[in-house]
Amino acid sequence: MSQELRINNNKFIDQTIRLSFKFNGEKLYGYKGDTLASALLANNIHLVGRSFKYHRPRGIMTCGSEEPNAIVQIGKDPSLTDPNVRATEIELYEGLEAFSQNCWPNVKFDIGGINNLLSPLLPAGFYYKTFMWPASFWEKYEFFIRHSAGLGKSPSKPDPDIYDHKYYHCDVLVVGGGISGIIAAKLSAENNNETLLLDDKNTLGGTTIYQKNDCFQINGTYTNYWLEKEINNIKNIKNLTIKTRTSLAAYHGYNYLLAKENLTDHLNPDERKDKIRQRLWKIRAKKVIIATGSIERPLIFNNNDRPGIMLSSAIKKFIDFYGVKTGKEISLFTNNDSAYETAISLKKSGVNIVSIIDIRDISSSKIVKEVEKLNIKIYWKHTVVNTEGYRRISFIEIMQLSDDGSGVIGKKIKLKSDCLGISGGWTPMVHLFTQSGGKLKFRSDDNVFLPDKSKTPSDQISIGSCNGDFDIKDIILNSNKEVKTFLGIKNSSFDNLKVESSNEEKKKNIWLLPSDKPIGKTKPFLDFQNDSTAKDVKLALREGFKSIEHVKRYTTTGMGTDQGKLSNMHALGIIAETTGTNMGELGTTTFRPPYTPLTFGAIVGRNVGEFFDHTRKTAMHNWHVQNKAKFENVGQWKRAWYYPKNGESMFEAVQRESKAARESVGILDASTLGKIDIQGTDASEFLNRVYTNAWSKLAIGKCRYGLMLNEDGMVYDDGVTTRLGENRYIMTTTTGGAANVLSKLEDYLQTEWPELDVYLTTVTDHFSTISICGPNSKKILNKVIPYLDLSNENFPHMSFKNSKINGIKCRVMRISFTGEHSYEINIQSNYSKNVWEMCMNAGKDYNITPYGTETMHLLRAEKGFIITGQDTDGTMTPSDLQMDWIIGKKKFDFIGKRSLYRSDTIRDDRKQLVGLLTDDPKEILEEGAQIVEKLNQKPVEMLGHVTSSYFSPNLNKSIALAVMKSGKKLKGKKFFVPMENKNINVTVTDTVFFDKENKRLNA
Amino acid sequence: MFIIICPYCGERDQTEFSSGGEAHIVRPKQPTELSDDEWAEFLFMRKNIKGIQFERWNHSHGCRKWFNVVRDTSNDKIHAVYKMGEKPPINK
Ligand SMILES: [Zn+2]
Repeated sequence: MSQELRINNNKFIDQTIRLSFKFNGEKLYGYKGDTLASALLANNIHLVGRSFKYHRPRGIMTCGSEEPNAIVQIGKDPSLTDPNVRATEIELYEGLEAFSQNCWPNVKFDIGGINNLLSPLLPAGFYYKTFMWPASFWEKYEFFIRHSAGLGKSPSKPDPDIYDHKYYHCDVLVVGGGISGIIAAKLSAENNNETLLLDDKNTLGGTTIYQKNDCFQINGTYTNYWLEKEINNIKNIKNLTIKTRTSLAAYHGYNYLLAKENLTDHLNPDERKDKIRQRLWKIRAKKVIIATGSIERPLIFNNNDRPGIMLSSAIKKFIDFYGVKTGKEISLFTNNDSAYETAISLKKSGVNIVSIIDIRDISSSKIVKEVEKLNIKIYWKHTVVNTEGYRRISFIEIMQLSDDGSGVIGKKIKLKSDCLGISGGWTPMVHLFTQSGGKLKFRSDDNVFLPDKSKTPSDQISIGSCNGDFDIKDIILNSNKEVKTFLGIKNSSFDNLKVESSNEEKKKNIWLLPSDKPIGKTKPFLDFQNDSTAKDVKLALREGFKSIEHVKRYTTTGMGTDQGKLSNMHALGIIAETTGTNMGELGTTTFRPPYTPLTFGAIVGRNVGEFFDHTRKTAMHNWHVQNKAKFENVGQWKRAWYYPKNGESMFEAVQRESKAARESVGILDASTLGKIDIQGTDASEFLNRVYTNAWSKLAIGKCRYGLMLNEDGMVYDDGVTTRLGENRYIMTTTTGGAANVLSKLEDYLQTEWPELDVYLTTVTDHFSTISICGPNSKKILNKVIPYLDLSNENFPHMSFKNSKINGIKCRVMRISFTGEHSYEINIQSNYSKNVWEMCMNAGKDYNITPYGTETMHLLRAEKGFIITGQDTDGTMTPSDLQMDWIIGKKKFDFIGKRSLYRSDTIRDDRKQLVGLLTDDPKEILEEGAQIVEKLNQKPVEMLGHVTSSYFSPNLNKSIALAVMKSGKKLKGKKFFVPMENKNINVTVTDTVFFDKENKRLNA
Repeated sequence: MFIIICPYCGERDQTEFSSGGEAHIVRPKQPTELSDDEWAEFLFMRKNIKGIQFERWNHSHGCRKWFNVVRDTSNDKIHAVYKMGEKPPINK
């Protein structure tokens, strides 16, 4: 392998460690310290992908997170493959395998490239204009677009990697480890602040760490040497924590920030085993110092997107940091002094510089003079009007600019170049500042948006080039000054530095550089990833788009995975220029987090699989598992659903369980019902206010069913409450409503009725509940608690007894949700599995049958008992449920009472609860099915829907509950339930289907 | 993600709290005497201010106490926190 593009003697690359990797199947080599991008360039590979719309060949353009083109897929493993990785950010490791993403069949011959020839047909808004019509074709278009667009493939198998979250609190967070970040971190930590310094690269020092140029010196030494010493020093400061490979993703209010630390992505696959891949830092900082730097702007000219055209600063980093020549005959195209630094670096490394094309009339700064001394040809007041070369730039064509810069004059000059560095000035990275809620101000001298200090939301400052200082002298002196003020520091070791810089004199800016061809015949790319050109932006403006946010969406400028880090300013500039607006007034589009894409793994951390949510299990859970129960999720609870025997289907099991409970005895784990212990001298009054019915007269030892409303009069929850003593009750709530009911009651107690002496305690988990129901339930209870008098006189329906089982206290309620004679044993949870087993033993001779929630629902439906949340949906009043009997009309007030006679709640055409019977008793309705009267009507009027439906084994027919408009008046009337391929005939009935006289309660 | 100073527990992360909407809406003492419109005013009508808003918060994953917060909805800055029943330290 030839590495003729690699220079030796580079301290950031370890040439003793050779790493092999594959790009699009081709075996290549790089060195320890390379990124994928630098290794590819060292192998003379610029072409890495195809553009999104026109499939034009695209090459590596930058050396950082702003990279729009070099987006690759890493690895083939279906659970580990990683899409949309920037080749400029991923560190090379042995065995790395990368693929170009947006091309088929391969990057060198790409079928989608035909779009490039069709490009006059693909202007701004093309997708909107074409594919949206006719609407029914969208599905077909979408397939085509997604297939040919191909922004990477997501893994198809579960992610085996471990991700972590970490909370972190510090006095000062410094974001960015460039020269200003290092100054800030040192000052902060030396002055007793617990300091965290983050940088997304693997080494600190930003661009200064490889800036070895006579023009830039600190205290008489090169800036890179000075900075290197500072970095070595701060590593020993005790209260400074440094995290590299950690990128700040989001900056929220109150200095809450998220950062992603990469822990294994730079390691060989076999070194990664059992290690955490990424860690999401959740940082709360008292003060934040943003030192995120700036990124270089491209220049917008005809055919500015060919492989080999790169940011001038990237060329400089590749040669100075990675030791890689990006070409053999390089030209530089600029509107400012930065490109001259690149020229000096290249010259020093022996690269031939064809020419520098500068749109300015002249510059006489120190660094320009240095370059002139090196005999490099500079074309002042010139611009590039065209480039040639399909897979790699080969020639550039330049012309002289007219005096006003709007056109070109004179003869075209053609220059041979295999690489063109472009430099359009610098854009401060103000993303984090704006994410935090800060507002920007515009500086028109060099067209930059900067943090507006007077509109900073939290305790933070921005320093360095992200704050608009681009000269090393300004950066050092201002960073020192700002940090001192911000942290209240008197003296700093940076106070008396002697800094020398080149003193740039002037810049010049033309957003869209002219060509000798009319704009319609040119391709000046703005957004390289989304393939939008300056033409598209101008077209959008002609078509009437004015808002920057609209132009962005219409042209898709700035909407790629790079979020338009390179393109946004030019788009704004062109809009401002075309519409004659001031850029500052135009404003920017919103910068939204994350700054660079986050993996889903990092976001969810350890909250996957069984840790995704809490799982609540009752104390008898293991018994249910051993007895082959199927479970259903009710909120976070796992509830036994049914217990299939010998391969029974769910239907068969439920039919058997339901029959057994009515014919002999059934047993249910009802522990998940919410239980609230209510105590205090005003407990009765409190219940009067929260339930619709009256409570003061309930005798001690008695139970009562209660209905709870919202203040809007709609049914909220229900359950049985038992009076345990003069000032003590135990309330049960629905399983799903338990937490909300407690919160609601607390809310009223604390905010509306603080005068009431009432205390609420949740005891849901403390007690387990075993419900035994059926004609033989009394016999079971008698065996389990022999000395308890179960006679109807001593222990009637809706009453309770304190008792003991084997010396353990328990409460027994005689209440029923099935209409059968039943008991509920409440006992401390740690004994309950034992008691359950005692009941099972006691019931052996009576075929005691455990049943689950499905049978419970069926049995209560036979009795017409509602389930809140199933037969109600937050729009049902007690009257709608035909439960007017439970309204304490004489009561002065209760929650929701006034709403029960609002004009809307007294309408008699509200949806009301009814029973439904199918004409064919074997036909079971689907829950949720609609009920109609006339089949031929259009549109069909929906009169209501089925809320509960079962086949009742005890009645041997199908039964259902439904809500219907004016349902109370419809008894005996016939309707249809239209299904996909048939219409089911139904008749409205009473809601109680079984044992209407409630004889079985005392059977 | 803001930080709220619970008047009972002190400084805590927002995730420990739940919001209870506008504060100082007193439940009518005699609802039966209200017209439908008056009752609807209490029941449904809430302000949605851009700026200083008085609101109820509950330390739901902490002491479970309700209290009042004065918050600027435009920048989430909290200007005051005070217990239920106390007068707002800032004029409404
Ligand atoms: Zn608290």
